[in-house]
Amino acid sequence: MWGRKARLSTAVLAAGSLLGLSACGGGGDAETAEPDAWVLNGGVWTVVEEDFEAWNEENPEQSFTVESFANDIYKDRIRTAVGSGEAPTLIVGWTGGGLLEYVEGDYVTDITEETAELRERLIDSVVANGEVDGTTYAVPMNNVQPVMMYYNQEVFDEAGIEVPTDWDELLEAVEVFQDQGVHPFSLAGGSLWPMLMWASYLTDRIGGPEAFEAVVAGEPEAWSHPAIIEAMERIQELVDAGAFDPGFASVVADNNEDAHLVADGLSAMVLQGSWVYSRLLEESPDFMESGNLGVTTFPSIPGGAGDPESIVGNPANFWSVSANATQEEQQAGIDYLSEWLFNDDYVDGMLATGNIPPLTGLEDKIAETEDPEFLDFAYGMVQDAPNFQLSWDQAVDPSQERALLENLGQVFEGSITPEEFAENMNATQPSD
Amino acid sequence: MALPAVLFFGIFALIPLFGVVVISFMEWNVLGSPSWVGLSNWQAVLFDRPFTWTALGLTITFVIGSYLFQAPVALLLGVFMAGQQRYRALLAVLYFLPLLFSSVAVGLTFQSLFSPNYGLSAALPFDWLPNDWLSNSDLVMWVMIFVVGWCFVPFHGLLYQAGVRQIPQSMYEAATIDGAGRVRQFFSITIPQLRYTIITSSTLMLVGSLTYFDLIFVLTGGQPANAVRILPLDMYVTGFSSYNLGYASVIAVILVAIGLTLSLLLNIISGSSKMESDKAGA
Repeated sequence: MWGRKARLSTAVLAAGSLLGLSACGGGGDAETAEPDAWVLNGGVWTVVEEDFEAWNEENPEQSFTVESFANDIYKDRIRTAVGSGEAPTLIVGWTGGGLLEYVEGDYVTDITEETAELRERLIDSVVANGEVDGTTYAVPMNNVQPVMMYYNQEVFDEAGIEVPTDWDELLEAVEVFQDQGVHPFSLAGGSLWPMLMWASYLTDRIGGPEAFEAVVAGEPEAWSHPAIIEAMERIQELVDAGAFDPGFASVVADNNEDAHLVADGLSAMVLQGSWVYSRLLEESPDFMESGNLGVTTFPSIPGGAGDPESIVGNPANFWSVSANATQEEQQAGIDYLSEWLFNDDYVDGMLATGNIPPLTGLEDKIAETEDPEFLDFAYGMVQDAPNFQLSWDQAVDPSQERALLENLGQVFEGSITPEEFAENMNATQPSD
Repeated sequence: MALPAVLFFGIFALIPLFGVVVISFMEWNVLGSPSWVGLSNWQAVLFDRPFTWTALGLTITFVIGSYLFQAPVALLLGVFMAGQQRYRALLAVLYFLPLLFSSVAVGLTFQSLFSPNYGLSAALPFDWLPNDWLSNSDLVMWVMIFVVGWCFVPFHGLLYQAGVRQIPQSMYEAATIDGAGRVRQFFSITIPQLRYTIITSSTLMLVGSLTYFDLIFVLTGGQPANAVRILPLDMYVTGFSSYNLGYASVIAVILVAIGLTLSLLLNIISGSSKMESDKAGA
């Protein structure tokens, strides 16, 4: 007879177990002298892990423990880890509003002097993202990640049309593919952030970089900028025209499904980051060998104020050194950054897997690779761009990130109007 | 002898619970130190945030839907597994399988099965089959109730199997002599004899689905249109994606309150004062 008490405590335990969520923190243990680093998985991150293995072999006394995470999970966990003083020695970041908060809370260290030599070898516009008020708190650690339009040439050949270069051609292409029963664009709407690529490219093409700069500067009504409203209108125009795979809300980016739809010929195009290329090399080698994957820039918008050469994306991922790590750990992190990062093997490994390091003067090295076409295109894209807009979710204040993603999701679903989007987002602007 | 249990309960349930109550009166964005804001989190979550009530409604749908799906299936499965049919042992092992898988693995597998382009609907030649299982905001709640039920039915089936096996065979023999058929026997002997098993299993099902998180998070993250963002998921998203631990703690405390009320209610309804054995010879 395990009556009342036992059953009651079962119920209380079940109810209490959810509270465990808030108690679980990060992985790194600040007490030990063992430096660690958290990385993401797939694509370029395999090269990063190999680079750490090589470092560990040569520097056994400063050997790093490396743990890898799926992108979306990492973003949720790193903040809790940093906030609770359990951050790994080397912290991967996207700069923007997140880095600003780390700096304000003294969670990361000043590495201006230690990385001066490294920064000289890197592209200035990329390096600049790691600086706050002239002090360097983060340095680029992997590939430049502009967002570009990927397409399947075979699908275009079957439809008998050319790859669209402006908005009108884009709408025509949508209609043709609709008739053919091919999704014009795949979209990983389940992950939400791929929708930002549409919003930020459209805003930039319509109104130039100023529209979003006002948002980042914290201006109160910044989201009501006509360029942002028009971008949302065009997004809904595309959705209504059937431009996206109708199941987009259940496609997730972590398993690269949006790109695979293009590789498998089910979608004609996808707007995604440069990392997709290296993941496809790994995951769909047959398609990549067929030579049917094409890349191009986001279409121009007739009458738009933005420069059609401007790009959107992540300048790179950045390393910061955790201020909560022990002296020995911090030293190991700094040694890795100043003596080891972007060594020849690392750079060659990145190029071989279709990733471009943010180094200056890479043209010769790219020409020597097996498949210079894509690398050449992406490298040129980054160097020619008059403006490189950091991904919106990383650029805004972290408290706005989730609201931005959810409201944009609702714009794509058609459940709110562009004006309601602006209104909801204006309400989240930091008030100080 | 109760000391280890009390300690365990205190460390893993009461202290975190107390912490959450404290944080519910603070503003904290994970970074930096929390600051007192009095009742403003409570005010905001309960009165200025309509989604709290939407999430509560979704939670109630999810709890009731899960119960209506899991309870009958588990009961019938348990009764079947307790029997003597051919291949019963083999089938029992198969039914038991979902219990062995980690929920993340189950989630990722179902995600592939429900994929509109690569999943079941694309593979099967039935045009009437919807292919927007997870992206249709009217459908996704029922899909989640099914998947979560799929995971938990075996466990409750096991409880019922054990319960049925304890019913004395003599009761059925007597009923057979009196001319009762199988259906009559099921309703007049099996169900009443399983009363305590039903209460235990119902409590676990109701409170379990009230606080359920893993599969919904892995499969949907609450999308589309927040159509399955039930309170536990809402708590997680608010706390760890929107970095608002104050609001998240308020939601957590609300959940605890509902959970406790629910289990107390179940206790009263099931008549805890009459909790004594009515088994033959006991």
